[in-house]
Amino acid sequence: MTKGLIHSTESFGAVDGPGIRFLIFLKGCNMRCKYCHNADTWSFDSAEEWEADALLDRAERYKSYWRKTGGITVSGGEPLLQIDFVTEFFMKAHQRGINTTLDTSAQPFTREAPFFPKFQELMKHTDLILLDIKHINSAKHKALTGHDNANILDAAKFLSEINKPVWIRHVLVPGITDNDDDLILTREFLDTLKNIQKVEVLPYHSLGADKWRKLGMSYPLEGVEAPTDERVINARKILGG
Amino acid sequence: MQEAWRDFKGSHWREDINVRDFIQNNYTPYDGDESFLAGPTEATNKLWGRLQELQKEERAHNGVLECETEVVTGLTAYGPGYIDTSMKDLEKVVGLQTDKPLKRAFMPYGGIKMAEQAAATYGYKINPKFSVIFTQYHKTHNQAVFDAYTPEMKRARHAHIVTGLPDTYGRGRIVGDYRRVALYGIDFLIKKKKEDFANCGSGTMLDDIIRQREEISEQIRALEGMKQMAAVYGFDISKPAVDAREAVQWLYFGYLAAIKTQNGAAMSVGRISTFLDIYIERDFKEGTLTEEEAQELIDHIVMKFRMVKFARVPSYNQLFSGDPIWATLEMAGKGMDGRHMVTKNDFRFLHTLENMGPSPEPNLTVLYCSSLPEPFKLYASKISINTSSVQYENDDVMRPIWRDDYSICCCVSATETGKEMQFFGARANLAKCLLYAINGGIDVKTHEQVGPEFPKITSEYLDYDEVMHRFDQMMDWLAGLYVNILNLIHYMHDKYYYEAAEMALIDTDVRRTFATGIAGFSHVVDSLSAIKYAKVKPVRDELGLAVDFETEGEFPKYGNDDDRADDIAVWLLKTFMTKIKKFHTYRNSEPTTSILTITSNVVYGKATGATPDGRKAYTPFAPGGNPSYGAELNGLLASLNSVAKLPYEYALDGISNTQTISPQALGHTLDEQKVTLMNAMDGYFDKGAHHLNVNVFGTDKLIDCMNNPDKPEYANFTIRVSGYAVKFISLTKEQQLDVIARTCHKRL
Repeated sequence: MTKGLIHSTESFGAVDGPGIRFLIFLKGCNMRCKYCHNADTWSFDSAEEWEADALLDRAERYKSYWRKTGGITVSGGEPLLQIDFVTEFFMKAHQRGINTTLDTSAQPFTREAPFFPKFQELMKHTDLILLDIKHINSAKHKALTGHDNANILDAAKFLSEINKPVWIRHVLVPGITDNDDDLILTREFLDTLKNIQKVEVLPYHSLGADKWRKLGMSYPLEGVEAPTDERVINARKILGG
Repeated sequence: MQEAWRDFKGSHWREDINVRDFIQNNYTPYDGDESFLAGPTEATNKLWGRLQELQKEERAHNGVLECETEVVTGLTAYGPGYIDTSMKDLEKVVGLQTDKPLKRAFMPYGGIKMAEQAAATYGYKINPKFSVIFTQYHKTHNQAVFDAYTPEMKRARHAHIVTGLPDTYGRGRIVGDYRRVALYGIDFLIKKKKEDFANCGSGTMLDDIIRQREEISEQIRALEGMKQMAAVYGFDISKPAVDAREAVQWLYFGYLAAIKTQNGAAMSVGRISTFLDIYIERDFKEGTLTEEEAQELIDHIVMKFRMVKFARVPSYNQLFSGDPIWATLEMAGKGMDGRHMVTKNDFRFLHTLENMGPSPEPNLTVLYCSSLPEPFKLYASKISINTSSVQYENDDVMRPIWRDDYSICCCVSATETGKEMQFFGARANLAKCLLYAINGGIDVKTHEQVGPEFPKITSEYLDYDEVMHRFDQMMDWLAGLYVNILNLIHYMHDKYYYEAAEMALIDTDVRRTFATGIAGFSHVVDSLSAIKYAKVKPVRDELGLAVDFETEGEFPKYGNDDDRADDIAVWLLKTFMTKIKKFHTYRNSEPTTSILTITSNVVYGKATGATPDGRKAYTPFAPGGNPSYGAELNGLLASLNSVAKLPYEYALDGISNTQTISPQALGHTLDEQKVTLMNAMDGYFDKGAHHLNVNVFGTDKLIDCMNNPDKPEYANFTIRVSGYAVKFISLTKEQQLDVIARTCHKRL
């Protein structure tokens, strides 16, 4: 039995997968996205340790609100850094008839062992993936997150190969991720996939900045405003969100 | 009768007054969506436009447009009044409280001093002759109450351990069955009351028989007065209404009689939507009414409900901010036979919030359960998201107790329509009671010995068992005192300010409930939890009174779905209710309690010292059954789960819960948001919760509105606060800040 290293939970999530969902934020992430609004989940420090069954018991207190569509979403941090725990957690969730959603940036993805077989096992117990595509351009992706995007796009391709339902999420940051040409390239990439059910454009907000300051770091996007409604509509139009 | 009742089915209701039977035999459940609805007519737009101008003038005049100073209110005291005399033909429903729109009547029977003070607050002077009349020649309710109060009662009142007592204003919360006027006409109602009078008592004149005979006579007189009142507007309501327009008008006249004669805190309209739908459907079948005309009737009666005003004293406004009158009006619910009671008219009432914009009144209340038709639930959700003007109450928990024709007589309190009345009043400040338990009955604010002189707790750290023992004793004292204050008030109210017009529309053999209330609920729960699970050290002043508390360590708080805290909440409710039930209640009424503070949580909190949960001295309480500010750490549903654990059976007067959700947290699009809100309510009410006030907006909007109240878009910006709705700009600054301080449920 593996214990999950948990940052926090939230009883009411309505924008992280279908319906009303219990959200679990795991600790640990290798990316350092400049707009991260959960910078306090990067490290594995000061995590709460939870066993899968206990966490499911906690989640099921909210089953009454899930109705036909809701369930649980594991987010982070980067959940795939705790793939053993997430797999056990989702497997047990399925045993209880709970819908499972994984919110990931796929940064740990690779088609090599030992990760790949574990990921294939996890996919057996995952109903939906919320996949962040932070940037379609690898160099810009690296500038934004500290990592290039080759394996992330490969993850998207793999999910398409196994026909796993995916919602693409794209955080729209003025001047960084809202360039029309890049958005068009993103759309062209998505057109090569057959499993994309939805594209969500999430307007950047600076509400996470405070967490950076509390962690003693300066906020890289200081002064960047939320995108205008016009730019959001534009991005949705291009990406087909 | 034959003509008026053509095509109606059923028999019992024809012989005896039985509106429920009429409804069950004749209503048409509607399973469809809102696509049939009609927009406002030209007449509606003109009248509503004029009314908005008047409301603007009213705001410019410090919240009161005009006060009557010369004529005492009564059914026919004032001549006919219209929204605008030049447009009176446009009004499909007529009748105002006074001769002018938004003008406040002179209502001295609750207390002449209060009536004078209310007028003076807004620059009006009541003719001095009335001071003589209502002190020397005719006693008022207020004077009578103070004639009988004990010194202990006055001390408790002054110290705000019992606050909001209806000793300076009408007690309200009596819902006349106004539908009876439409269905039967006044003459039939008089005939029935005369039969009751003839059969009242066996000739032996005991107190209760004498009183009942006098009351029935008063009721008959009020019914005669209603006919005259309608005649002033050119209508004869002695006979039943023959079509939908008459039904709406007749029903409104019944309600108008109530608001002309009583300034009760809550003057609810009742469960009228399904009833009126029956008339509208009959007119549709006969081809005499179109959907546009039906909507216009509903828009116009709602416009009237938006105009009800009473002259209030400043202390009242501090308690119940925003000029509320609780014209509570219900829709939906299910019948005892399992059929849902959603009709097209329920959509029409909700649609008034689109046709004429958001509004606090009438206090639109959906009797909710997850098995209502989905198109209706989604439409109600949509209206909530767009207007924050609707509240929801759980029909599944109320129906087994109040059956399927109950009304909500204030914010959250059910009462069987036409069968029941309520003796309501005030709240027991249980947070202050806990402080009295620690401080031996001495009030930290005034240093007065208000409660019984029990030994103070003197230990360095509070011991849970010792505190619980003292608290239990102090609650015994408070429950007894509180019940007896209410007994006294209601005796005098019956005697000096009897609601003849409302009681004339209620069965003579009326069932009475005795509705008490609790304030400071969450703070007591969290304080006891702190004492139990952490270490609480009182900070004592020179008199040895605990004026502050230092808490070491973590403790579970109510509002996180944590049974350790929530079990204390359940215990507190059950214990208080059990204590209340031990005492004799006036006129053999059935005691109930509520966890409902309206906006009085601010005033009660201001009168109460620091509490062991960390709440600072003289700061607001959390409202109603809500968890304390900042206590909720696990999101909306954890908070809802905690509240849902409180057993409704122990709080039959209601448990109010007010939640604010930012639209972004509900979903990216309106379609998503609607579904989320519906699912959340389905889940919440399936857990047995009683009530939910739903606000959908972000704090940014509240702050902008507070700073820029003159922006046109804020003129009607309505928010739900603990059981009713108010225009945000009409709250005091203090209450605006209080509302803003409550955390919005919005995940980053």
